[in-house]
Amino acid sequence: MNDSEKNLKKLKVSALKNGTVIDHIPPQNLFKVISILGLDKIREDMITFGMNLDSKAMGSKALIKISNKYFEDDDINRIALIAPNAKLNIIKDYKVVEKKEVQVPDEVIGIVKCFNPKCITNHEDISTSFKVINKDPLELKCKYCEKITNKDQMFLK
Amino acid sequence: MSKRDLISIMDYTKEEYLRIMELAAEFEKNPNQDLLKGKVVATLFFEPSTRTRLSFETAINRLGGKVIGFSDSNNSSVSKGETLYDTIKIVSNYADLIIIRHPLEGSARYAAEISSVPVINAGDGANQHPSQTLLDMYSIKKTQGTLDNLNIFMVGDLKYGRTVHSLLMAISQFENPIFNFIAPEELQIPKEYKIYLKEKGIRFFEHPEFTDIISEADIVYMTRVQKERFSDPIEYENVKNVFILKNKMLEKTKPNMRILHPLPRINEISRDVDQNKKAYYFQQAHNGIFAREAIIAHTLGLD
Ligand SMILES: [Zn+2]
Repeated sequence: MNDSEKNLKKLKVSALKNGTVIDHIPPQNLFKVISILGLDKIREDMITFGMNLDSKAMGSKALIKISNKYFEDDDINRIALIAPNAKLNIIKDYKVVEKKEVQVPDEVIGIVKCFNPKCITNHEDISTSFKVINKDPLELKCKYCEKITNKDQMFLK
Repeated sequence: MSKRDLISIMDYTKEEYLRIMELAAEFEKNPNQDLLKGKVVATLFFEPSTRTRLSFETAINRLGGKVIGFSDSNNSSVSKGETLYDTIKIVSNYADLIIIRHPLEGSARYAAEISSVPVINAGDGANQHPSQTLLDMYSIKKTQGTLDNLNIFMVGDLKYGRTVHSLLMAISQFENPIFNFIAPEELQIPKEYKIYLKEKGIRFFEHPEFTDIISEADIVYMTRVQKERFSDPIEYENVKNVFILKNKMLEKTKPNMRILHPLPRINEISRDVDQNKKAYYFQQAHNGIFAREAIIAHTLGLD
């Protein structure tokens, strides 16, 4: 581990007594992650985030620290679509007690728009629903129009 | 018991396909039965499709049911901005069965989720039109005696033609089919269907030209080539007069071979074919009544 990685590690865990650190988020998707996890609705002083933390070894990325909050797997897996390499550190009493990786779920409810402009979900107020037919590269089959939305066509609701 | 909708051709198992074939044959022998006596069926056509609507309404009438509905959303509350959700909520309180045609894809699946009564999809945009597929299958079964071991040639617009895709998926559930795809460069069968066939170990062949290669065919399934599918109008003019079935192309074909077409046709089957006994598309449309009687009876659990 080089110095910058050590510094990063420090930033991740320092000052967080209890809570969750989500790391390895693509910087362009940081605010989407915050919105999907509903972190924009919690008290401001409970969340901190960093962007474009450059390190030669790890490239550009972003991280979020949330105090006194832990996530269910089903909730956290919702960000897998836009932050497939995200890693979670569960902090208790300043120590990392558990590390988790996100998993692409088998079903995606809401979150993503169907790419098909003629799909009923783009015309009425309906929660989208997709079956994940391929995890890498990501391909989602719409329950309604049966068309496949791929990674490049993916927009968030 | 959960209600039995028919939204997508893959909603049915192979056993259900065979059950529909059996029932359709019974209705063909005896089309007028009072199975729907005292029942009301709503036919909600949010876009006009006279042929499909008349076929369904004939089936309902032959089964002794009453029809309510509309044939064009311009004359209904929909044109006043009512949501599909509200329309279905209301109509499912009036009717025992809903048959829906809608230009948006996925609308029938959505309607089935909202409705407390069963829903039959009579076409949702470019997505699904399962009663067409079941009548195609009934026509094949009736003329070939089986749905197994068939060599099926599909001709024309294989890229956007939903009838072609659904028929391919359904026939793939049966033993040992062979598919031959004849389509212009711009309208070839999509990759996802080729992957599906490969995974199932089903043989298929692609042909860029329509010549006398149909001598091995049991079924030739013709489709329309539509102008709006082409990015280049010159390309359409080139293709339009090439993918045409002519009577003289039928000389060396098998005696059991039959020509199907979901209709309406433009010019892809020349008029001289109509006199050939291998031309089956008008009987195919007639079979639609019996297939739809079977679907309605099965959907309402009356079989
Ligand atoms: Zn869709």
